[in-house]
Amino acid sequence: MQGTEGVTPPFIIMLRSLCLALLCLSVPLLGPACAQPAPTPIEEILLQNSDLIEESSRRTIEPAIAALSESGLPEAADVMIMWRDKELWRRKSDGRFFRIEPTDDRDTYLMKSLVTGEEIGPIGRRDVDQIKPNSGIRGLIDGALVQFQLTDPNPSVRRASLDSLARDPSADQLPILRRAIKNEAEPGIKAQMARIERLLTVRFDEDIEARIEAIESFAGDLGVDVRATLNPLLTTVRKAIREDPDTENVAATLTPGTDAFSYDAAYDFLVSQDLAPKTINAAARDAAIVANIENGSVAGIPVATLDTRLARDAAYDKLTENGAVSPALTEAEREDLVDTFNFFDAYREDPQITEAVLGTIGAINTKVRLNEMADLSLDALSLASIYFLAAIGLAITFGVMGVINMAHGEFIMMGAYTAYVVQLFIPDRTLSIIVALPLAFLVTFAAGVILERLVIRWLYHRPLETLLATFGVSIALQQLAKNIFGTQARPLTAPDWLGGQLVFNDVVAISYIRIAIFVLAIVFFVLLLFVLNRTRLGLEVRAVRQNPRMASSMGIDRERVNMLTFGLGSGIAGIAGVAIGLFAKVTSELGQAYIVQSFMTVVVGGVGNVWGTLAGATLIGFLQKGIEWFNPSNTLAAQTYMIVFIIIFIQFRPRGIVALKGRAAEA
Amino acid sequence: MRTRSVIYQPHVIVVLSLLVVFTVAIVSFSEAAGGFLSTSLVKTLGMTLCLCLVAIAMDLVWGYTGILSLGHFAFFGLGGYMIGMWLMYARTEQIVIEAAAGAPLPPTPQEIQDAIGTQIFGVVGGSDIPAIWMFAGSLPIQLLLVVLVPGVLALIFGWLAFRSRVTGVYLSILTQALTLALSLYLFQNENGLRGNNGLSGLQIIPGAEDVPQSRISVYFFVASAVALGLGYVLSAWLVSGKFGSIIRGIRDDEARVRFLGYSVEHYKLFVFTLTAVIAGVAGALYYPQAGIINPAEMAPIASIYLAVWVAIGGRGRLYGAVIGAAFVSLLSTWFTGGRAPDINLGFYTIHWVDWWQVLLGLSFVVITVYAPKGIAGIFDVLSRPAKTSARPVKTAEKARAS
Amino acid sequence: MSTLLEVSAVSVSFDGFKAINDLSFDINEGELRAIIGPNGAGKTTFMDIITGKTRPDKGKVTWGETNISLLRKTEAQIARLGIGRKFQRPTVFEDQSVFDNLVMALKKDRDPVSALFYKRSTVDIDRVNALAAEINLSSQLQRKSGELSHGQKQWLEIGMLLAQDPRLLLVDEPAAGMTVAERRHTTDILREAATTRAVIVVEHDMDFVRQLDCRVTVLHEGSVLAEGSLDHVTNDPRVIEVYLGR
Repeated sequence: MQGTEGVTPPFIIMLRSLCLALLCLSVPLLGPACAQPAPTPIEEILLQNSDLIEESSRRTIEPAIAALSESGLPEAADVMIMWRDKELWRRKSDGRFFRIEPTDDRDTYLMKSLVTGEEIGPIGRRDVDQIKPNSGIRGLIDGALVQFQLTDPNPSVRRASLDSLARDPSADQLPILRRAIKNEAEPGIKAQMARIERLLTVRFDEDIEARIEAIESFAGDLGVDVRATLNPLLTTVRKAIREDPDTENVAATLTPGTDAFSYDAAYDFLVSQDLAPKTINAAARDAAIVANIENGSVAGIPVATLDTRLARDAAYDKLTENGAVSPALTEAEREDLVDTFNFFDAYREDPQITEAVLGTIGAINTKVRLNEMADLSLDALSLASIYFLAAIGLAITFGVMGVINMAHGEFIMMGAYTAYVVQLFIPDRTLSIIVALPLAFLVTFAAGVILERLVIRWLYHRPLETLLATFGVSIALQQLAKNIFGTQARPLTAPDWLGGQLVFNDVVAISYIRIAIFVLAIVFFVLLLFVLNRTRLGLEVRAVRQNPRMASSMGIDRERVNMLTFGLGSGIAGIAGVAIGLFAKVTSELGQAYIVQSFMTVVVGGVGNVWGTLAGATLIGFLQKGIEWFNPSNTLAAQTYMIVFIIIFIQFRPRGIVALKGRAAEA
Repeated sequence: MRTRSVIYQPHVIVVLSLLVVFTVAIVSFSEAAGGFLSTSLVKTLGMTLCLCLVAIAMDLVWGYTGILSLGHFAFFGLGGYMIGMWLMYARTEQIVIEAAAGAPLPPTPQEIQDAIGTQIFGVVGGSDIPAIWMFAGSLPIQLLLVVLVPGVLALIFGWLAFRSRVTGVYLSILTQALTLALSLYLFQNENGLRGNNGLSGLQIIPGAEDVPQSRISVYFFVASAVALGLGYVLSAWLVSGKFGSIIRGIRDDEARVRFLGYSVEHYKLFVFTLTAVIAGVAGALYYPQAGIINPAEMAPIASIYLAVWVAIGGRGRLYGAVIGAAFVSLLSTWFTGGRAPDINLGFYTIHWVDWWQVLLGLSFVVITVYAPKGIAGIFDVLSRPAKTSARPVKTAEKARAS
Repeated sequence: MSTLLEVSAVSVSFDGFKAINDLSFDINEGELRAIIGPNGAGKTTFMDIITGKTRPDKGKVTWGETNISLLRKTEAQIARLGIGRKFQRPTVFEDQSVFDNLVMALKKDRDPVSALFYKRSTVDIDRVNALAAEINLSSQLQRKSGELSHGQKQWLEIGMLLAQDPRLLLVDEPAAGMTVAERRHTTDILREAATTRAVIVVEHDMDFVRQLDCRVTVLHEGSVLAEGSLDHVTNDPRVIEVYLGR
């Protein structure tokens, strides 16, 4: 048979394989004359369907795949995978199937048994054909394979196949899945199977009752997959008919001539459905007019007068009368035509289905909205804790010393850069953060004390000038940071355990970094309350704030209190910088992004009070998120509205939410 | 008793004469007159005069009335936007009409509008002309808006703020918030003012395309000088009489003025609004010389720089504001323009482009702490070295402090 | 003589502390009255209420023949109605000349436009000079008021008060920090003023009060403890208790 060229007619192949099969079946009887084992049952099936496999057509291959998958043979799945992965080869001489392995010799392959993988012997490269299923067939094989994977003894294989099934569902998987559920023992997988079964039922089941039941079973389910399954059932198609749309599942009727659906839109729709003749648009009209210009006039109308729409329409009408161009429908005629139609959007699905879906989706959407609120509140809470951390230092210095530190933002930046530098030396992320937090505090504490000693001390009682002087410090520090670290953002990487997010459901989730910042804010809130209310320094600070002159006459060293207060406020800014650096870009402008919000927090909250700052930060955080909720596309607008709100808020509470009253306020 | 006119006050005479001499010199040596001064230099100097004008406004509101507004540069920008709208609209309209002249049919008004809309708002993906451009085709109305928009905004904001007795640092922060809100608003693409693209091509004056830029720069320089002169005289008049007495009283002891029967809020509102208008006019003269305006110009930091100029020059005196604005802004241009020579220290080379901000910031701190009178304080030392005039200010501060 | 100012049943508290407690008080036109009381008796708060700086929690404050309520008016409006106030510490505009200080206080239209277009008439200048003579500052008119001595500043402030031409003067510790001679002159100024208008003087110094020779109201813990001639009140056992008892 070697060297046989050309096409072998199918019937000869069939004959030949039959003979071979018989031959080999009888091999044991014939003794060692046949040097290889007889075909196993799976090979039998392949041989029975070898023509179809050879033909490799998507239209005719089904019986072959069905024969394999329904054979009930344990090795069927492996063979199908080999088939799909083009590892199935067929010997030309007798049409039997093998696996092939290349050898050192380019022209010889090593044959292996299909089932056992046992080596059978060498064969010439030209003596075997590779079975190459096309992509269509491979898809069918995959589909058929699902049942094997769904019943695979290995649970992880079952899970993986469920996942792939959920990603790419099809109607024919439904019976397979239903069968698999019955045999599934593991409750987790069983539940997941049941859920996907219901999703598939919603989409593919023939029985409307079953579908409705499945749809309604999802009421209150927040899964994204549920909404992705249900929403397409509500797609509509726009229709225009002359009769009453009684037989249709109408989602919404459209009235031409309303804002939402103008006559023009209605007419255009009719045109697109070939229900009305095309109109001539302005460009086509103008082109027709231009084409008919003769000696500076169109149909006797001078071109120079055609500088309004009406004049051009009139010229076109003249041309129509002359027969130079085809007439166009007038506006009134078009509207009359539109009025003869009923326009509506109709659901593609059966009314019973859409009714069930609408009910279920409504319930789900209500729940989704509530959960989105919860998610937004979490966001707002984390924003509030950031603002709290950023503003509390400012509030302390402002409250105790009446000093606004415009360089506060730069202290935040300094903290972030400190953490960055620490990370350069300590590669371990967790350790570097643990080192960076106190170090950032120390660095900015020192910077604060230096600033207080060199500048602010000289400017007490000139608060506006302090504001300006610290602004000078701010621009100098910012440029200095640019000169040292460059203008591009520096990475400050959070430890891995802060990487992910805490997921409550498909709607509500919060990243661990934000939780960490929230915790940090609470820690500092408690710590500051403790320091201010329970320590000697706190007592002195409060004394100085309430009555500076009295405090100094009672032997409190105001200079020292001021210095320490300023250092403390600045140090907390450094900590805030580390926290902010973990999720924002560390640049020289980092502080600028937070400084105005920090001011707002202090102003809204009321000065010199930890509770006030907490209230201010909460209000501003929630306000910002709330405005974004109403206008989600535009954070710039949200910020604008927020500031306007704050300006108005100050009208009613000029001294903030938590205001000092009486003599202390006037001091 | 001073009963003579404000014109005869020594500082007014000196400033006006210097301004006249300076203007004549620049005009006669300008490129347009065949001189050696380049057009860009004339523009820079003209823009500097506008900055001096807005600095005077800042000095009125801060140095004299004690309201540290961190929003006056926003009013300056608003003035620029208002005139910019006309410049851009009128020029685009001309271009569109010229382009349409070649078409076979005369354009309909709608076609012209559409073409203008596409030209101006194409960059932000629009073609409709927003409602706020309603009057952009009319120069007189836009000129009126140069005054009205900053004025009305200042009036509303000031009314709200002063009515609720927001003062001192609180007020400064509130004005800064206003500025931030405004610049964030302008940064949005949907606002109808081209978002962060701003308005451009403002140096081309519609109807005067044939006039070379060298001539236009001189015209604007002279206009800026006249505006500065008028602004100076107006401000000098404001601060010299009883009105000046009252606003300085408000600066030093607001409550006392109130108990004298003056409605402090009305005075503050008057000064705040008037200075906003002056700032708007200055901006309207500045931006045609700059050629472009965008929201970044109006960021809160610009207004703080304005305060820096006035502080460095010496607040509470009009000429101090002029000196500060001219000195610092020109120096900034020189340093950041890369023209200042680098200093090689051997181990490190100081590039002024990088270090100017640091120097400015630190010198600002030093001036605020050690020389609150600014550069203008030098004139005190020069004019009456014998008199111990520096003391009372100190005691005044102490009195306010306690 | 008719009642010029009537304060009835006024209370105000700060953070729970009752600074003024159900206080009633009235003064007639052209009357000179001294108010005394220990520290924290509510003297300053009382003045704050009259001048509109502090709003009472309850009670009424009425003014003049038509009994206008002062509670809804701003400090400036109350000042324009004719109530002038001198603070405990001398508060004059230190950066400005004595002359300018007095001109600012002269009774004229108080709106910004009038101030802008104000021109000094010879009448005004004469009035300022007369006032300056009254407060012993004729030679100091062109000096910056910050350069004046403490007593001179007190006089300047009283002069500014007189320039306002008020119907009621509230004077808080006018003699504090003055020499004996200066006090005597201050007494003269106040007594002179009281011939044409009502004057309320808050004072600690009993000698000074005695020199004023007028009705005395004693405040204690935010309400009126006693009222009458100085001798009458100093003999009142409750007053003695308050002043000496602790």
